[in-house]
Amino acid sequence: MSAVAELQAPPTRSSVGRFRGWLTNPWGRPRFLVVMTWAYVVWSLVPVLIAVQFSFNSTRSRTVWQDFSTRWYWGDPVDSVWHDPGLRSALVQSLKLASADVLIATPIGVLLAIGLARWHGFGSRPSNFLMLFPLVTPEIVMGVSLLLIFTEVFTFVGTGTTAQILGHVTFSISYVVVIVRGRLFSIGRQYEEAAADLGASPTGALVRVLLPLLAPAIVASAAVVFAISIDDFVISQWLSSGGDTDTVPIQIYSATRAAPLPSTNAIATLMMLLTLASVTLGFLVWRAFTRGERRAGAKVAEEFRTFEMR
Amino acid sequence: MYRRWLWPGFALPGIVWLIVLFVVPFYAVLSVAFGTVDPILGQPVPIWNPLEWNAGWVIEVLERLSPGGTFAGVAVRTVVYIAVALGLSLLIGYPVAYYIARHAGRTKSLLLILLIAPLWISYLMRMLAWVNLLAPDGYVNRFLVFTHVLSEPRDWLGGQASTVILALVYGYIPYFILPLFAALDRIDRSHLEAARDLGASPFGTFRHVTLPLSKVGILGGAVLIALPMFGDYYTPNIVSGAPETSMIGNQIDLYFHGGPQPTIGAAITVVLSVFLTVLMAYYLWTIHRASREARLA
Repeated sequence: MSAVAELQAPPTRSSVGRFRGWLTNPWGRPRFLVVMTWAYVVWSLVPVLIAVQFSFNSTRSRTVWQDFSTRWYWGDPVDSVWHDPGLRSALVQSLKLASADVLIATPIGVLLAIGLARWHGFGSRPSNFLMLFPLVTPEIVMGVSLLLIFTEVFTFVGTGTTAQILGHVTFSISYVVVIVRGRLFSIGRQYEEAAADLGASPTGALVRVLLPLLAPAIVASAAVVFAISIDDFVISQWLSSGGDTDTVPIQIYSATRAAPLPSTNAIATLMMLLTLASVTLGFLVWRAFTRGERRAGAKVAEEFRTFEMR
Repeated sequence: MYRRWLWPGFALPGIVWLIVLFVVPFYAVLSVAFGTVDPILGQPVPIWNPLEWNAGWVIEVLERLSPGGTFAGVAVRTVVYIAVALGLSLLIGYPVAYYIARHAGRTKSLLLILLIAPLWISYLMRMLAWVNLLAPDGYVNRFLVFTHVLSEPRDWLGGQASTVILALVYGYIPYFILPLFAALDRIDRSHLEAARDLGASPFGTFRHVTLPLSKVGILGGAVLIALPMFGDYYTPNIVSGAPETSMIGNQIDLYFHGGPQPTIGAAITVVLSVFLTVLMAYYLWTIHRASREARLA
């Protein structure tokens, strides 16, 4: 009797042993992968959260936490984001470039996407190929080429805000095309053909049928363009003429290499919120517009594909 | 007539924009790299006619890049850093992508959002975060001293190769995981069931089915992050700034922003672009071959 009880009693194990048993449990999900995945997520996001935390530090340190304060946002009369002329003009410049980029790149990209999807004649294949190049070209190569063209050939442009806007639009167009083209393929041609059968001209079908169907993709691509323009560092830096044309990423870069204050963290936090808000808005609009089209149980994962091409 | 020109007309503004501000500027880089330098002012003098190109600068850069040259160390370092960073990205990224694609279940959407979130946080912000953490009195040093791994704080930001490599991994790994996830997510579960039904062990199934089917994803992710890494100069500058960790991108940056010789900078850019084009062509060829094999099988 006692021998049987001994056999049936659960083996007593140390907590380490129990953790190892839980980790290597051969049934159910592989626990090792669970731990690894969540560790990765923590590693990828927690440093940023700590940087956000220190933007609210009450002292000049970015490494030793004192008290919560909004000093570095507007409280400090000299070094806060609101009062430091350098940071403030950087914020204005970043917003200026991003807005101009959205206004120029979105229409050009949408037209290019429609044109490339419908045009099958001579020149369409090289054009498709050309559109993909800015996506795979390292930014420094684009930076060097644009700097040289604006200082050697199009000297009337020079460096500065105009050059920066032209550069941002150049790398943004392809993102718009990729997003809008994905939507064009999922819409198919049948709606336009139905409109044509009912007597619509090609432009009529385009304005009344295709454009409303493309609306979610247009909004999404505008949001993506805004976000990548705000986050861009390389092109802005190469085409900057210093002073007022320095954007927020350039300020973060030079501050980090010198002696950064928590105000650098504060302005970085503001830009991060702006980017995340813009992308979330784009995503929500996309979801709201395409609500009726989703199959029951369609995965959010699939929709995210649109947003992951960066 | 109207119909024929309608769709090319739509594409026209975009095509013209890309030709004027993407193709022509790259040609300007070629013209400067194959051009001459004004002997008095030291300014680059581009040569626009390819028949009159002067290959001297590009040859000089190639000589300095070859073993024994002044750029040789930088070139080797760039390749080693990127190779190690790619290896680490694969080691960290594959299990994560595999878990989310295969086993995440109800948490899949949440994990995907968390996976994509870093892509929408400015690269500079993420580097700034690590500069804060790795500072002499930052959390990393305090933790390592507290746990007695280090006896005194280490100067992580003073030109350590390990810091630069980790920063590269941290910066680019999200771009690696996503294509990998897409490839793993696309694998038809019936293939795995068939392998198990035919007697393969779980590991055998992974080795003979999952791994080969995700090869295109691994390669795609690797190319996607290797291309920008080769042009990176800001990561080493931010987390180290020392010449001992400078990469090929830093040389281009120096010749344009620091030094007086944009011509050499342009020549390095040309050599780098040719190298990356070869890399890209190899990738496209591999994809092409893989899709042909898939069709034949």
